Amino acid sequence: MKRRVLPGLPLSLGITLVYAAIIIVLPLIALVFKAASLGPADYWRIVSSDRAVASYVVTVSCALAATLFNLVFGMALAWVLVRYRFPGRRIVDALVDLPFALPTAVAGISLTTLFAVNGWFGGPLSTLGIKVAYTPLGIMIAMAFTSLPFVVRTVQPVLEELDPALEEAAQTLGGSDLSIFTRVVLPLLTPALLAGVSLSFARSLGEFGAIIFIAGNQPFETEITALLAFIRLEEYDYPASAAIASVMLIAAFVMLAVTNIMQARALRYTVRN
Amino acid sequence: MKISLDNVVKTFDTFRAVHGVSLEIESGELVALLGPSGSGKTTILRMVAGLEFADDGHIYFGEEDATDIPVRDRGVGFVFQHYALFPHMTVAENIAFGMKVSKVKRSGDAIRERVQELLDLVQLTGLGQRFPGQISGGQRQRVALARALAVDPRVLLLDEPFGALDANVRRDLRRWLRKIHDDLGITTLFVTHDQEEALDLADRVVILDKGRIVQQGTPEEVCRSPHDAFVMRFLGDANALPATVRDGKAYVQDVEFDAAGLSDGTAEVLFRPADVAWREDGQGVPAQIVRVLDRPDSRRVLAKTTGGQSIEFDTAPEFPHRKGEAGFIDIRRPRVYPSGRT
Repeated sequence: MKRRVLPGLPLSLGITLVYAAIIIVLPLIALVFKAASLGPADYWRIVSSDRAVASYVVTVSCALAATLFNLVFGMALAWVLVRYRFPGRRIVDALVDLPFALPTAVAGISLTTLFAVNGWFGGPLSTLGIKVAYTPLGIMIAMAFTSLPFVVRTVQPVLEELDPALEEAAQTLGGSDLSIFTRVVLPLLTPALLAGVSLSFARSLGEFGAIIFIAGNQPFETEITALLAFIRLEEYDYPASAAIASVMLIAAFVMLAVTNIMQARALRYTVRN
Repeated sequence: MKISLDNVVKTFDTFRAVHGVSLEIESGELVALLGPSGSGKTTILRMVAGLEFADDGHIYFGEEDATDIPVRDRGVGFVFQHYALFPHMTVAENIAFGMKVSKVKRSGDAIRERVQELLDLVQLTGLGQRFPGQISGGQRQRVALARALAVDPRVLLLDEPFGALDANVRRDLRRWLRKIHDDLGITTLFVTHDQEEALDLADRVVILDKGRIVQQGTPEEVCRSPHDAFVMRFLGDANALPATVRDGKAYVQDVEFDAAGLSDGTAEVLFRPADVAWREDGQGVPAQIVRVLDRPDSRRVLAKTTGGQSIEFDTAPEFPHRKGEAGFIDIRRPRVYPSGRT
């Protein structure tokens, strides 16, 4: 066996593998087994039931909207934090992490209070005819709130490392601000944006605590998939719960694979020949 | 295109980087801005490019006042110190960038043809489809030059163009850049802290210190008659011996040097290591050899005068003397400058 200079490989690798097996792989296998105990016909009936499909539609569409919002707003926030020096910048920078630090239930309750018809935001909005709490819009807001830091925190370091000379070079070559942004800055941020967006989307798909308070949880309208799985669990219908959860699991894996492929494509220039 | 700077000033926060610099660069000339770090040379270059705006003074391109023209409309080609190639674009895409974003629309074929032409010019034929991460530093430098030339700039500006390359590549690229300049005849201004590079490449050298021009002239002029001790020291190795001036003569330990025009008081005598002869017969400043270093084509002698000053000089490889021997240094081509400003 080759001698290594760095010590600790067997121990650290061992701990990592055991941990990964017990905490990640084993539960996932249990989930798959539980779902598989149903048999194909039952499985399909449960995961394709009208109520389940409606919950997928609500969850995915709200998560997409929230992610799109975070893509734009998160990038703007990262841009402002990196590019400009203004009073209170450090406070804003610290606030970005708040959704991570805050218990999601607290976030959910706060958002519900704010956006309820008699709340600070909900009141004025309802006079405009916009209802937020207990609608898909509320779900979107909760998702956007809890997953915002992902985009900011993945884009921020890349933006910080971006050599200002690249933009200066583009300027000397006659590029307009718009063409410099679309041709130089955006392509270089794409891998980070993809990473941030996929994390943000995954978090939105799985978010539970913040949403159930504000969603209203009406089946077919504002019921998210995670809640449906939880309801089945409370009914002691473990296989059905596992079946619904497995759909979310598969969705997460597919998304991870897709974003990895997209990232590799966006980063193909870094591959050396 | 002739470039003129008229009393240009630039201050960063509280630090004044450039103090009223006036400079004329004739059309087709290749000029080096030479100075130590913090001398304001890069700031001047960036102001000519439009990457910084002058606080005061004017910059003219020909007869046109370019002081407030934004960088993207100024028509300059700028080569950055670390090339600033777009890493996500191929070499060909990098070169084509300026033509693609230009207000003057070109057809795809015209752009491809021009890119090919430029790749040939910078001797990178066939590397158009590589990414900047896949080519060497010297090749990147040439891509950066091709990219800057692609937009047919009125002037070419280079910021420490060879700073990040190793010595051999640097010398080759230098000669090659001179040739490109001679072929294209484009007015070129480049910044360097390397005197050898400036003297090697430029028609005219502008020496800067602390935001001011201290001397400008052809390489021959600045080498043969440096204005002051700073220029003398900056252009190459120099020894300095403190002296006293009396009646137009400078004295170093009783050895007399011509100091016509200098007022009485303290001064220093500067001379190059090659301008020293070692004597044993009492002519010159008495000194003792401290060490002898061998070089491929010479021996360098480290000595100490009896006045306690360290000096270094070069001798033929056959120089027979050793550490500890005493003798005299006979100084040819001494230059006497009033002391004070270093």
